[in-house]
Amino acid sequence: MKVMPATRRQVGLAAACAVAALVLPLLAPNDYVVGVAARISLYATLALGLNVVVGFAGLLDIGYVAFFGIGSYLYAFVASPHFGIHLPFLMALPLVVLGTALFGILIGAPTLRLGGDYLAIVTLGFGEITYLLLLNLDRPINITNGPSGIIEIDPPALFGHVMSGNTAYYYLFLVVLALALAACHRLQHSRIGWAWQAIREDELAARVMGINTTVAKLQAFAIGASFAGFAGALLASWQRSVFPENFLFTESINVLAMVIIGGMGSLAGVVLGAIVIVALPEVFRDLQAYRLLVFGLMLMVLMIFRPQGLLVPRSVSTAAKE
Amino acid sequence: MLELTDVVAGYGPLQVLRRVSLGVQAGEIVCLLGGNAAGKSTTLKTVLGLVRPRAGSVALQGERIDGLATEDIVRRGIALVPESRRIFARMTVWENLEMGAYSRRQTAPAEIEEDRERVYGLFPRLKERATQHAGTMSGGEQQMLAIGRALMARPRLMLLDEPSMGLAPVLVEQVFDIIQAINRQGTTILVVEQNAAVALSIAHRGYVLQDGRIVMHGAAKELLDADDIRRAYLGED
Amino acid sequence: MDALGILPQQLVFGLALGAIYGLIALGYTMVYGILLMINFAHGELFMIGAYVGWAVLVWLINAGFGGLHPVWVVPVMLLMAMSLSGLLGMTLERFAYRPLYTRGATRLGPLISAVGASIFLQNAVMLTMGARMKVYMTSVLFPRSWYVQVGSVRVSVLVLMMISVALLLMWLLNVLVQRTTLGRCMRAVAEDREVAAVMGVNVRRVIAVTFLLGSALGGAAGVLVGLYYTQIDFFMGYSAGLKAFTAAVLGGIGNLKGAMVGGLVLGVIESLAVTFLNPAYRDVVAFVVLILVLVFRPTGLLGETVPQTNKV
Repeated sequence: MKVMPATRRQVGLAAACAVAALVLPLLAPNDYVVGVAARISLYATLALGLNVVVGFAGLLDIGYVAFFGIGSYLYAFVASPHFGIHLPFLMALPLVVLGTALFGILIGAPTLRLGGDYLAIVTLGFGEITYLLLLNLDRPINITNGPSGIIEIDPPALFGHVMSGNTAYYYLFLVVLALALAACHRLQHSRIGWAWQAIREDELAARVMGINTTVAKLQAFAIGASFAGFAGALLASWQRSVFPENFLFTESINVLAMVIIGGMGSLAGVVLGAIVIVALPEVFRDLQAYRLLVFGLMLMVLMIFRPQGLLVPRSVSTAAKE
Repeated sequence: MLELTDVVAGYGPLQVLRRVSLGVQAGEIVCLLGGNAAGKSTTLKTVLGLVRPRAGSVALQGERIDGLATEDIVRRGIALVPESRRIFARMTVWENLEMGAYSRRQTAPAEIEEDRERVYGLFPRLKERATQHAGTMSGGEQQMLAIGRALMARPRLMLLDEPSMGLAPVLVEQVFDIIQAINRQGTTILVVEQNAAVALSIAHRGYVLQDGRIVMHGAAKELLDADDIRRAYLGED
Repeated sequence: MDALGILPQQLVFGLALGAIYGLIALGYTMVYGILLMINFAHGELFMIGAYVGWAVLVWLINAGFGGLHPVWVVPVMLLMAMSLSGLLGMTLERFAYRPLYTRGATRLGPLISAVGASIFLQNAVMLTMGARMKVYMTSVLFPRSWYVQVGSVRVSVLVLMMISVALLLMWLLNVLVQRTTLGRCMRAVAEDREVAAVMGVNVRRVIAVTFLLGSALGGAAGVLVGLYYTQIDFFMGYSAGLKAFTAAVLGGIGNLKGAMVGGLVLGVIESLAVTFLNPAYRDVVAFVVLILVLVFRPTGLLGETVPQTNKV
């Protein structure tokens, strides 16, 4: 499991991308495009979180949007007129992240010790239930405000400046994305990262090696949930509103597709996936109805012909399992 | 009857058999000896088509069978008594035997019934437990069932994978006596074993496999004598 | 209290619902028992069965039943739905799953492909049949006034038919699996694929047949659901699939009898819960049951039945 040092080419490529990302708003033809770019950055961060769960630890979570929704709503609870709480951005964020991570642990604890297939179904159910709860918890006590959602959420105020305009958000999300990428990179090459890889390859062998697989999987789950919570808070503060419809099952599939397209485990791949998934519908506006159809087909085809995704992560194993 | 020539086989990137050649003549008992992970089970799997050889050939009575599907190979008259029995625990004894005859399902039920009676004759304990679930039987009884199941296919060649494994010495004796009896009735036998002594006691010839290569072969008597020297390799692993 | 008064009635509904869950659950459990894989697209096969049944019913009604005696209408619907769902399931296995599990890919591969298939089928139906629901004109066959009174319980003939059909299909499956050679082969492959192959069983064909039968049962359930609820849409496989899987796990995954029992139990639980709690949380019930089962008794009520080895 050696990590090859980044080649000169890879570093150069990364630098070029970074520069391109930084100057994008200046080159963009209009604000709408900047908005799309902001969306891409946000979803890339979200997808990185799922990548920790699916790509690093090999746990198939298909209800990931639940954590996204929980994060968004938690932020809406503490930074809007809904409950009358208006925490400043930097104080609300850690609360939201922690809260979402807690949910991750709650849902993961009973189910992670079971097989991967079970986890998939349970996360699917969890995603469905979360949506139902968001939609219906306006009776008997109004927690989520039901289908009307929560609006007039406070925009983030950093160092006295209230954020407004897609460009400001774009740079904020870009910074967050950079931090997320750095964090994932560190995780990947840390002890827990190796543990995850071992578990992903062969859980039984990992356990035999002395890895506490249940704890490691729970950590992956919680970290993934944290990322989603963070992204959710960002979404809420950007859109200044949250609705249950933002967090349907199809969103889970979108994010999953981002992770898979790029190649599970590959950080660059995940970002690429986010670009593809978010930008493509913009390009093919008319074919919106066919989007999911193509998704489904693509997932099947990808698995058959190119299960490693479009970009293969560096420390991937070579042995095909029997 | 069975001929392996320069067979190279393995799993994924793992190479287990490195140019193995061995032959079994009709009516013989041949044993394949070796320690753990020598490649004994892999050899049988390659014969049965469960593992496809990367090089070399496997021929049954002159006809090449490597590359064929397992069900086609088995239909040509080969039966397996798997390692650790691997009988169908959730089925009854009767059903297990019925499955054994599956490759002969075109045959008249009367003939299959005959064979079943023959198996019951050989193993009266099985007849007693005919409607019992196989998983509830003892190791020795399961071994008998596994052999009986293989017999139901009326094979020309019977492969046995470590039949002595996990059995008390008394049972091991019984099992090998039965194998010898089956051979006398006309079935060719290839038995893979770690327990060299008992295997060589009934075999006509033997091969020794080590790290995927045949390091010794010859008449059973010769091997037994040479065994004094080889005991270090073939003894307790 | 009013709720207690209608309890027996709700129990009957619960059984009807449970019978349907059982039928769908059988499809999940059969595939899981033989491949250790959750066929995510199974719910969609159920949904497609419902649509096929609808199409047949519409056609027959418009053609004045084509000269058939009305009692044959439901069997024809069932036959068509089961055939199509069954064939579709087999096709799915052949092209979307088989290339993956024979390659020995990680378990993630077939799972993701199944999710993809599920999405694909949902949207394929939506695009071809429209996003709005379709209506089963059940009252043409089963007038509302047609019921049987047993004590305080009023059971419509429709419900009776549903339960009978479901039980009949389950019984037939049981006979097939326990008494026939094919059934023995299925059980052999489910228990030990490698050894089954060594017995001369064509494992690929047995797997295909398993998918055929499991999917057909799902399709039948689709027709029954259509007749009962009268409204079907392309998304119905999603929640039904989830619940049926819960039923399968509840009874013991891989265990055929478990799927049937699990289905009935879940149906009754759900019916009772909806009677006493907020009906909007209907789907939550199944999920809660699933979590409880997984936490306290993961092998299910009747014990799970999964392969000993998984080679070949």
